[in-house]
Amino acid sequence: MAAQNLQSVPDQPAAPGAAAPAADQGQAQLEAEGQAYFDRVISEDSRIEPRDWMPAAYRKTLLRQISQHAHSEIIGMQPEANWISRAPSLKRKAILMAKVQDEAGHGLYLYSAAETLGQSRDQMMDDLIAGKARYSSIFNYPALTWADMGAIGWLVDGAAICNQVPLCRASYGPYGRAMVRICKEESFHQRQGFEILLELSNGTPAQKQMAQDAVNRWYAPALMMFGPPDDDSPNSKQSTAWNIKRFSNDELRSRFVGMMVEQVRVLGLTLPDSEVRFNEDTRKWEHGPLDWNEFKEVLAGRGPCNSQRLERRRQAHDDGAWVREAAAAYAHKQSMKTKEFAA
Amino acid sequence: MSPHGNPEVPASSATEINREAPKASPAAAPAETTGNAWGLWEVFVRSSRGLSHVHAGSLHAPDAAMALRNARDLYTRRNEGVSIWVVPADAIASSDPDAKGSFFESPQGKDYRHATYYTKSEGVKHL
Repeated sequence: MAAQNLQSVPDQPAAPGAAAPAADQGQAQLEAEGQAYFDRVISEDSRIEPRDWMPAAYRKTLLRQISQHAHSEIIGMQPEANWISRAPSLKRKAILMAKVQDEAGHGLYLYSAAETLGQSRDQMMDDLIAGKARYSSIFNYPALTWADMGAIGWLVDGAAICNQVPLCRASYGPYGRAMVRICKEESFHQRQGFEILLELSNGTPAQKQMAQDAVNRWYAPALMMFGPPDDDSPNSKQSTAWNIKRFSNDELRSRFVGMMVEQVRVLGLTLPDSEVRFNEDTRKWEHGPLDWNEFKEVLAGRGPCNSQRLERRRQAHDDGAWVREAAAAYAHKQSMKTKEFAA
Repeated sequence: MSPHGNPEVPASSATEINREAPKASPAAAPAETTGNAWGLWEVFVRSSRGLSHVHAGSLHAPDAAMALRNARDLYTRRNEGVSIWVVPADAIASSDPDAKGSFFESPQGKDYRHATYYTKSEGVKHL
């Protein structure tokens, strides 16, 4: 099938059992039946599959979330790919390559899941390259030292796992299945980052300082990966009602802080946040204020590396054009040969 | 296992057989475009000998050979498989999700097809 035959998100979702062109009234009834079926599946905490009827807004929300997630994986290859050639040992090079390859794979799983909602992968990639699509703000920060590979793995992938584990139970089947696969692979990412930091922390004073500096720079951006505070997150309520989102941004952020408090001790480093504490009343971890203006600026395209990341993606896409064309041409030629032989 | 569906095409109740993916238009031959027309393939992986192939996901590829290679790189990076099938998505016929009632009606109410229906033999050994 040709991917471009897929249309963009339809405003009017397909009605169940729509056979002959129905009158408006019949259409309305089908919509109502579809909605009732959808509501029942959601209330039973069951899963919606691609060809089920679903509200247009549900489809749109998922398409936005899954495609942004896919873009984040693809752009997320860059900060680490930059360090493959400078990794301190052959082992570290191999590990970093495996990790970057995983990110590419995760992006592909997610594009596949998004495609089931009716938008082609090519369209999504074009949107990314054209700067029309968003991706996680975290990848617009620079990876300055080798210790950043440790901090990214430990903090950034750690935050991602925290976010992603509940998404394995998202109500949309293909998204949940993609997340299960991703989460299985992601834990190696966090552990290898932790190990890098641990080795540096136990190294020379300069190495330890480098590790601490990386943690200092990545801590706040990692906490902001969970999204804006609950009282400033307009879409969260609906996503929760649809069983896409299982825990609020602040809830997940608080859990993450608690885990980091434990782990940073093992590393022999500190979190750059004097206000981290466990609130006995709410039984939740609390952290110092985060710069949400910075978050909005980075998201709006004005972060330290936004244009660099997008330019690199564009260049990679252009550089790979001849490979895609050659493969398609070869496939076409082979199929012609097969046809001739059969004739 | 319900891979890809086109939300633009309502699942028709007129027929019980549906194509999972929209069919390619004849005009969209891969070589005519700039490589953007790679077809969609569904990937099935046998995780070890003795088990059946299970749907793992999907991918885009220009032909079967590339689909297999891509599937290996995408779905078996950690020894997840000993054998892979790739199938063009539009070659898969599937039942209509909206025909659930009628299509799967037959087994309903036929408890006697299950061993648990027969309770009088409870306690009798090796039965």
